[in-house]
Amino acid sequence: MQILNPLLNWIDARFPLTTLWNEHLAKYYAPKNFNFWYYFGSLALFVLANQIITGIWLTMSYTPNAEGAFDSIEYIMREVPWGWLLRYLHSTGASFFFIVIYLHMFRGVLYGSYKKPRELIWLVGMLIFLCLMAEAFFGYLLPWGNMSFWGAQVITSLFGAIPFVGDALVEWIRGDYNVTGITLNRFFALHVIAVPLIFVGLVIAHIMALHEVGSNNPDGIEIKAMKDEQGIPLDGIPFHPYYTVKDLMGLAAFLILFCAVIFFIPDMGGLFLEHPNFSPADPLKTPPHIAPAWYMTPYYAILRAIPNKLAGVLALALSIAVWFFLPWLDRSPVKSIRYRGWLYKTALFVFVISFLLLGYLGLSPTSPALVLITRIAATLYFLFFLLMPIYTTLDKVKPVPTRVSGS
Amino acid sequence: MSADEMDIGRRRFLTATTAVIGGIGAACAAFPFLASWAPSVKARALGAPVDVDISKIELGQKITVAWRGQPIFIVHRTPQELDSLALVTNELRDPLSKESVQPKYADNVYRSIKPDLLVLIGICTHLGCVPLYKPEVGSVQPGWEGGFFCPCHGSKYDMAGRVYKDVPAPLNLVVPPYQYLNETVLRIGDDTPPGAA
Ligand code: HEM
Ligand code: FES
Repeated sequence: MQILNPLLNWIDARFPLTTLWNEHLAKYYAPKNFNFWYYFGSLALFVLANQIITGIWLTMSYTPNAEGAFDSIEYIMREVPWGWLLRYLHSTGASFFFIVIYLHMFRGVLYGSYKKPRELIWLVGMLIFLCLMAEAFFGYLLPWGNMSFWGAQVITSLFGAIPFVGDALVEWIRGDYNVTGITLNRFFALHVIAVPLIFVGLVIAHIMALHEVGSNNPDGIEIKAMKDEQGIPLDGIPFHPYYTVKDLMGLAAFLILFCAVIFFIPDMGGLFLEHPNFSPADPLKTPPHIAPAWYMTPYYAILRAIPNKLAGVLALALSIAVWFFLPWLDRSPVKSIRYRGWLYKTALFVFVISFLLLGYLGLSPTSPALVLITRIAATLYFLFFLLMPIYTTLDKVKPVPTRVSGS
Repeated sequence: MSADEMDIGRRRFLTATTAVIGGIGAACAAFPFLASWAPSVKARALGAPVDVDISKIELGQKITVAWRGQPIFIVHRTPQELDSLALVTNELRDPLSKESVQPKYADNVYRSIKPDLLVLIGICTHLGCVPLYKPEVGSVQPGWEGGFFCPCHGSKYDMAGRVYKDVPAPLNLVVPPYQYLNETVLRIGDDTPPGAA
């Protein structure tokens, strides 16, 4: 190490290497009471890296045109050395990305991490979530299977609901009168370069915003309010080595689960890779039952529950857009669920049930009875947000201590 | 130069005009990137009309051909099916096709040039799936008079592609431009008489 010091000094005089290291790791003081829910931020970083690296390798053998795309996937699966592994790491990785992100967001809801002063962390997070959905949607078309095709057909048609310009907009997005190889080409460009660039930029902004205000924690207590003589939060510990080691342990557990799925059920019985996608795109034949990938089904169920095209599309857009307003809808004086009253806890419980129910309903074929249940679940979904200013104001909260639990 | 010598008004004016001109320049530069997404010359050429031999379509049969990458339904309707159109009018959202899209010559009760031969773009006006052809009476629900059923979100259409009420699709199935070149050949995608152009 000693002999490296002159090199480090040389670099530090020209680039803030030590400063960056200290600001974000060695002297970034994180609350000492992080729990299980705090694994998912660093896991999201890991899954992002996995998608980018396996994606680059897949691009080396994939053919981005209508004639060759489907066959090139088979080629990757059967003939490229380790191609099957690269592909499953990427396709199963996409589903795990959503699992990790949904848990990461749920943590934010549990502990009120979106509340002042972390509104921008939340908003940037929501932009990342939009990017993630766009990235998954563009990527889904690339194998050019029949579900790819009809997924793209239905989702691009959503824009047709916009009054006046809708039809022209759909044609502009597709670059043809229908979803064709031209659409595939542009989705490829968006999937491999445009969205990932924005994505990575947003992740950097997300972490910069987090490190500016500091992490929240399961107690929702601002640790910066209580500092020692050196200005270090009393309840803070340096991120490195404490949390780097903790996060590595979380990563190990995650990898066991992730690899088990990749090696034993990579398609999750049709949930991660849908069966109609094992036959090539056929513009003349819709699969008998079409459903989007599982991570989009709650919103899809909402779309389907409404027997009017424009209203359905608006409800779909709103069901995602409401998340942006969370920091201002929540009027509670406390952040963490630990100090909230039964009103909020009940609302959150009902919301989680209806969200999961919507996800399940969006996967199943419709019937009049299910439509009714979907409408009830969709109403509860929206009420969680719309009534939030009321029940968070009325809720009886417990007093919040000044130091995190376990101190 | 000290602050009081500075001409603030002049500076503001220059900043504003530079920003406006620069903004216009940026908008102009963005135009080719956005316009580049429109269908290319090749895509438009591949959207050329197609000719279909209709002499082999049996009574009650439906065939599907591709035009512009879209499925085109051609249905040879039976007299009973034509009669069924009047029975369902009350259950339809747009029975007279006032809001829906069809060429003038197909803007009639049968939505076709010749009553028995129906030509439709087989794309659900909801979100673009291909509806299934369900001509058998009672096959979709009790009292079903025959028509099309979309598997994606359950939109229903009658034997003229007219949409039912209380389904997500807003409009009747679109009738593409078409013409009879002679008794047995149909041209889809073009309705200007040959030689007229
Ligand atoms: C690629 C996607 C994402 C990555 C890589 C990422 C990364 C991270 C990391 C490393 C942290 C700090 C560690 C932790 O608190 O777990 C964090 C915190 C946070 N993230 Fe994300 N994130 C992503 C997406 C999102 C999304 C979609 C949202 C919500 C809309 C979100 C909201 C938050 C919030 C509120 C915090 C602060 C949590 C607290 O201090 O309690 N993030 N993120
Ligand atoms: S696409 Fe036909 S009902 Fe939705």
